[in-house]
Amino acid sequence: MRVALFVTCVNDAVYPATGIATVRLLERLGVEVDFPPGQTCCGQAQFNTGYRRETEPLVRRMGAVFEGYDHVVTPSGSCAAMVRDNYPRIARKAAAEGRGTELGEIAGSLVPRLYELSEFLVDVLGVTDVGAYFPHTVTYHPSCHGLRTLGLGERPRRLLEAVKGLELRELPGAEECCGFGGTFALKNPDVSAAMGTDKVNSALTTGAEVLCGADSSCLMHLGGILRRRGDDLRPLHLAEILAGTEAEPYV
Amino acid sequence: MSGTFVGMPAFPEAARDAVGNTTLRANLRHATHTIRDKRAKAVAELADWQQLREAGKQIKNHTLRHLERYLVQLEESVVRAGGTVHWAADADEANRIVADLVKATGEREVVKVKSMATQEIGLNEALAAEGISAYETDLAELIVQLGRDLPSHILVPAIHRNRGEIRDIFREEMGKWGRAAPDALTDSPAELAEAARLHLREKFLRAKVGVSGANFMVAETGTLVVFESEGNGRMCLTLPETLISVVGIEKVIPTWQDLEVFLQTLPRSSTAERMNPYTSMWTGTTDGDGPSVFHLVLLDNGRTDTLADEVGRQALRCIRCSACLNVCPVYERAGGHAYGSVYPGPIGAILSPQLRGTESEIDASLPYASSLCGACYEVCPVAIDIPEVLVHLRERVADRGGKGHRLEKAAMKAASWAMDRPGVMAAAERAATRTRRLHPKKVPGTGAWTDSRALPELPEKSFRDWWKGEGR
Ligand code: SF4
Repeated sequence: MRVALFVTCVNDAVYPATGIATVRLLERLGVEVDFPPGQTCCGQAQFNTGYRRETEPLVRRMGAVFEGYDHVVTPSGSCAAMVRDNYPRIARKAAAEGRGTELGEIAGSLVPRLYELSEFLVDVLGVTDVGAYFPHTVTYHPSCHGLRTLGLGERPRRLLEAVKGLELRELPGAEECCGFGGTFALKNPDVSAAMGTDKVNSALTTGAEVLCGADSSCLMHLGGILRRRGDDLRPLHLAEILAGTEAEPYV
Repeated sequence: MSGTFVGMPAFPEAARDAVGNTTLRANLRHATHTIRDKRAKAVAELADWQQLREAGKQIKNHTLRHLERYLVQLEESVVRAGGTVHWAADADEANRIVADLVKATGEREVVKVKSMATQEIGLNEALAAEGISAYETDLAELIVQLGRDLPSHILVPAIHRNRGEIRDIFREEMGKWGRAAPDALTDSPAELAEAARLHLREKFLRAKVGVSGANFMVAETGTLVVFESEGNGRMCLTLPETLISVVGIEKVIPTWQDLEVFLQTLPRSSTAERMNPYTSMWTGTTDGDGPSVFHLVLLDNGRTDTLADEVGRQALRCIRCSACLNVCPVYERAGGHAYGSVYPGPIGAILSPQLRGTESEIDASLPYASSLCGACYEVCPVAIDIPEVLVHLRERVADRGGKGHRLEKAAMKAASWAMDRPGVMAAAERAATRTRRLHPKKVPGTGAWTDSRALPELPEKSFRDWWKGEGR
């Protein structure tokens, strides 16, 4: 099984720990992980801001970089959703505008092979207990793209529940958006901050030590609010929690 | 807020006031959360909800694909049943037609059934300019009208008001329009409803002309349908001698049987009821029963243009249930007025820029008034992929290269260029990392982002450098 890690641009540049944790976790589970260095970005920011044609070179790059791998795994719900939902759309529009079927072939090949981390663990590897150890209280925020576009459902929470020492606390209003939304946070800063503040406040009511998510962008937004306010709640990516064991605590 | 939506500032500015208004936010939060929880329960009762949703989508898609055919059939059916059909290309034409019809009756006042189409075209204001008073009879519309306010929700136009505010509006304004509210009026719902009932009763019994919209128009029979909760609409539809219905062309459905789907999905989605209390249907005119004269004004007002857009046209499936507003986290914080239209919330964000075009500041900003969380799509009873249309419209706005978008386009192009070159991206990452101690806490160009959020600290090493360093 040839498995490639699509680390995503945000994790690469800002949250390398998420990528490192993903590698450690997968290797511990016996997966041989490759990181094709030609990878960059899925084009989500451009696409969602209205610059569809600017994403086409990135779609082509994604197709070329991950060609030949059986599975592509990414620790980012929103980037996985970008590929799964929007690559076929980009391809359809490109074809309609006379730019041929190349993008359609890329989307057709990549989409069924690309998995968000929790999907890969549960659906492909068939594990929910990954042998992790994390002796802390945790509340989980299911980001919108993972929740609605990918339909991750209970997968991340089942993985967390199986972690030794971990106490999972229900997040009130868990399904509500945290207000990041990519360039939405820049274009509508007041509404975005209000949404994020409400999310943070509801996470604080759980009394948990850690706010877990499976999308670094949402965690960056929420972590930014937490840090600005000096609140004692630590944002952490799902991969980082799952990467630690009793013998080798990750964090 | 009073006056008109015309010339609204862009959404972010309009939303800022609402975000800072704690009463408004509390009113909205309470109202939307109550209704969204109830809706979820009402929907969960139906095992075949997803099939109903798909059926509604298919019926609407089919009708929109053959709209011309069904509109012609509708016209024939209405005329056969004794009605008259008028076609209005835009708001001005529709308003003119209605004003002339009212004037021809010799009347100076009309009672109105709650209707989005007449709000959309500003009919009340147009009639006022002709010396005709139009009285809203839906309770929430009455509150908005008396308060010289603007609607902020499709179903509950006065959702932004609480009981105390409503009492004050009734006390101060009712007397100027007709029967005054009792002096000792409190804010108890029963007393408020009774004051409205007595005030409206006078109007129902006096009016000779009624004006309505319709939720559906059945092509095969020429029947129009209104769903409502209070029964005030039924009074307006049955008591006056003349009935004028102004309806968007997308409201037609082919057959009576198609209603079966929407009779289930609309009430559950909008008021969380299994069945709405009043469903009124009228087909032309009938001797000795209801209005003796019936006019149907078919309104285009941007709908044909919307239909021409392959992705955007799905917005015309909307049955105005308002479920998407009630689950929208942006609507909940920004309030309905910020959308600068009678169509607020997620559906407003995709409908207004299509019906009106994206030239104005507010219309150009609406496609961005969403975090694309997808909650609206999930609840929509006709499965309109609102996030898809939002992004599609963003493209249209970005392509026009309006205010701010030229710079943005350059930045996006540059980003795509760099990201198509992993070496460039890695070098940029390394440069950013090396200088990370020098980075300002607030970054120019990130706007208010850093007012409320701290930027993340950059790591010592990017992932790709770690990977390389591990000798892999
Ligand atoms: S878009 Fe869908 S959910 Fe929103 S008002 Fe229309 S039908 Fe209802």
